[in-house]
This record gives sequence, structure tokens and C-alpha cells, in this order.
Amino acid sequence: MRYITPRKAAQGLGSAHSGTQDHWFLTVSSCALVLLVPAFMLVIGKAIGLPHPELVAYFGRPYPALITALFIVVGMVHFIKGTRIMIDDYFQYTARKVAIIVSVVFSWAVIAAAVFALAKMTLVTIAI
Amino acid sequence: MADVNRGNRPLSPHLQVYRLPIAAVTSIMTRITGHALVAGILLLVWWLVAAVSGPRAFAAADWVVRSWIGFIVLTGSAWALWFHTLAGIRHLFYDSGQLLRIEEAERASWAIIIGSVVLTLISLILFFLF
Repeated sequence: MRYITPRKAAQGLGSAHSGTQDHWFLTVSSCALVLLVPAFMLVIGKAIGLPHPELVAYFGRPYPALITALFIVVGMVHFIKGTRIMIDDYFQYTARKVAIIVSVVFSWAVIAAAVFALAKMTLVTIAI
Repeated sequence: MADVNRGNRPLSPHLQVYRLPIAAVTSIMTRITGHALVAGILLLVWWLVAAVSGPRAFAAADWVVRSWIGFIVLTGSAWALWFHTLAGIRHLFYDSGQLLRIEEAERASWAIIIGSVVLTLISLILFFLF
């Protein structure tokens, strides 16, 4: 008879040895996105069709800027974790490494571009 | 290897002849919608960056966003986003040990399909009204 708990007996027997943190991140970010998705759609819906100066002023306001920034940052990091699961399922060896790198670099480029655009619209609005 | 049972082993579903259960279809659609959302986010981020790049860049991006191409991409993205959101909520239920019985999973699948279409139509109506 082994005097160990079932948890201890099972610990370390999985094939990956890590990954709980990725699942937990997807859980936390998905809860945030459940709130951010409708808010973001309302913000974008009101923005489409605005003339250029009004659009810049609109995204210079705190609520549209913060909702857009949060949605894109949380959404794209959620996207990195989600594509990673797909990549791990369908790609192997070098193709897997390349796909992971492309996914991460692309996602952070999207985040950087969006944050830059929002920051500049805020600064332009303050200058006015 | 002579004593290996070769004829009576369980087979994994042969995807070309196997009719996928609705829960499997919605599960695959969750992955497809999540990745397809790249198109909508690229269009919108290009539009945002164009808005701070100058009047000509904005005119080009705004034309695409407001054209029928933009309408198709953004309406498709709205549906994909609602579908992925509802399917994500189902995953939160799955993780807490609920909706795992077959009939519950099937009902949840139909709720996701119908719910995503209804929410997309509501989004479009709100967009064109306000």
C-alpha cells in the first residue's frame, strides 16, 4: 500500500507538464471579453460613418479609447493563446516554431498599431 | 504480431463519411470563427491607423470600411464574434462540469447557432437605426 494521496500519484504523469496557466489565462480573458465584446461593437458601430475630424475626436474620448484599447490588447493576447492551441494540434517541428513566432509577432504588431493610433488621436484631441 | 486483433478494433470517425454531431460542428466553428476574426480586426486597425496618418490614407481606409466589401467583412466579423463569444461562454460552463450530457450539448449548440444569428441581426438593426 502506498501512503500517498491520489493527487500526488497522478502528479507529473501528464505528457505536457505545463499548460494550466494557458488554460487559466484563456478563462480569465474570455470572461473579460464577454463584457468587452458588446461594448466594443457599440463603440465601433457609433464610429463607422463619422467624418474624419469627428472620428479622431470620438476616439480621443476616454470611453471609446479605453474600450477599443482593452478589446484589442486582451483580444489579441487571447488570440495568441488560441492560435497556439491550433498550431500545437496541426503543425510539427520547424513549421510549428515558425507558426508560433508569426502568430506572436503579428498579434503584438496589431496591438502596437492600435495603441499608437488611439494614443495619437487622444493627443490630437487634447491639443485641440 | 499474428495474434493481434485486426478486424474488431474501435475506429476513429472517418471524417469523409461520418456525419458530425452538431456539438462537433459548433466546436470546429468556434476555432474557425476565432481565427477568421483576424480579417475584421485587421480592417479596423488599418482604419484606426489611417485616421492618424493623414486625410488621403483615411479616405482610402474609410472608403473600404463603408463599401460593400467592408460591410461583408464587418457583418461576417460581427457574426463570428457573437458565435465565438457564445461558444466561449459554453466553454466556461463545460469547465465547471455543466452542459456535458449529449442532449444538453446539442441544445447548447443550437442556442449558439440561433443566438449568434439573432444577435448579429440585432447589431445590424442597431447600427442602421443609430
